[in-house]
Amino acid sequence: MREPLTAESRPLLPPFCRLHEDRVRGRTVLLAPERVLFPCPTSLLVLARLDGRSLSEVADGLCLEFAAPREVILGDVLGVLQDLADQGFLEERTP
Amino acid sequence: MTLQPPIGLLAELTHRCPLRCPYCSNPLELTRAERELDTASWGRVFREAAELGILQVHLSGGEPTLRPDLEEIVARARAAGLYVNLITAGVLLNVERVARLKEAGLDHVQLSLQDVDPASAERIGGMKGAHAKKLDAARLIREVGLPITLNAVMHRQNLDRVAEVVETALAIGAHRLEIAHTQYYGWALVNRRALMPPREQVARARAVVDEARPRLKGRLVIDYVAPDYYARYPKPCVGGWGRSVITVGPDGKAMPCHAAHTIPGLVFDNVAERPLAWIWRNGPAFEAFRGTDWMQEPCRSCERREIDFGGCRCQAMALTSDPTATDPACSLSPLHDRLLALADADSLGDPDFTYRRFMTRPPVASDELSPS
Ligand code: SF4
Repeated sequence: MREPLTAESRPLLPPFCRLHEDRVRGRTVLLAPERVLFPCPTSLLVLARLDGRSLSEVADGLCLEFAAPREVILGDVLGVLQDLADQGFLEERTP
Repeated sequence: MTLQPPIGLLAELTHRCPLRCPYCSNPLELTRAERELDTASWGRVFREAAELGILQVHLSGGEPTLRPDLEEIVARARAAGLYVNLITAGVLLNVERVARLKEAGLDHVQLSLQDVDPASAERIGGMKGAHAKKLDAARLIREVGLPITLNAVMHRQNLDRVAEVVETALAIGAHRLEIAHTQYYGWALVNRRALMPPREQVARARAVVDEARPRLKGRLVIDYVAPDYYARYPKPCVGGWGRSVITVGPDGKAMPCHAAHTIPGLVFDNVAERPLAWIWRNGPAFEAFRGTDWMQEPCRSCERREIDFGGCRCQAMALTSDPTATDPACSLSPLHDRLLALADADSLGDPDFTYRRFMTRPPVASDELSPS
């Protein structure tokens, strides 16, 4: 992903980055090339919803579920995902 | 201190290799093919590893693609729930093999790069035609949709071409580029005179990387492993001894680090004889330098002792003959100035390599900083 993420971006985890139920540590981890990430609960909520939807739609969904202001939620979504995008752990589906 | 579960398993499937890089970290005495663990044993090791908390396996060597059962090994690692990374020089891969590895569940390929100049790459690896084969392999790997980390091992004889290394990573469609300076133990220590870069050359390479990183943000992640002789503090070697990784050698020997065999007196358990969990928790080699109790000054009272764990034990051994010494690469080591002087002198040394061979002993004594 070359551009900074926006509300219109439709990022996805690429096939080589997998969420994995780690039974030994009792948490969900993100397995990526040469890295194991231990995403925070917020990141996991967001990651679980990435299916080609725009981040605007992801934020809408989370708003309903968590009754929080949309700008705050969208800010959080962009925040947790930009970091993953910069490390090459997100891709955008070409339309 | 409670012991956290390990994260990674380095599975050295074989010591055999078509290349003979002069910085190879494999033992000077290699394990012969007939003593290599079989497919089923690796499968069992992977299941034990996953139960212990290991999440990723790095299939390495030697050259792991020399194992005819590599596809089956990949499949068993995936079945155990591990993320599977293949560390290869790529020179033996063809289109069918790459497709079968992908089919078996391979997640990622780490492709080594000896140089960008074909003649130099072939001189370093000691194999004709290797560079062209590697570039072909990169294309095949990308065509099946597997991600590549290009791993370029840098030293005086290729460091001036670091900008072209970055270009090569982009050209082959690598996701990550790891620019790693040679670590001086094993064969690299034997060849230090031919490999050690002068400090000005390191500074120039660093500037190239610093310029490329922000420019390529979002396209290529660049990791840079500084040459530790010239750094202020050492790296936390293997994330700390017995803290996050296990290496299993071709014959099943379990080691805290892939170069731990260079430390005399360590007793390694074998996965054929004991459960991996037992070895991880109680194996004497894993216990040897775990935590901080084994440390001497200046590490013992240093505030960084749980950040870098005193640096590399193998390097401390190689340079001082004492594996509990502070890594002389650390600027706080009393031997650091002498190490820098050695490095400076070596950086002007003869460029000829001593090549890796089967069953030979190192031609130079290595305990050059030890009290005589
Ligand atoms: S003295 Fe030891 S613990 Fe302190 S920085 Fe150096 S190697 Fe690390």
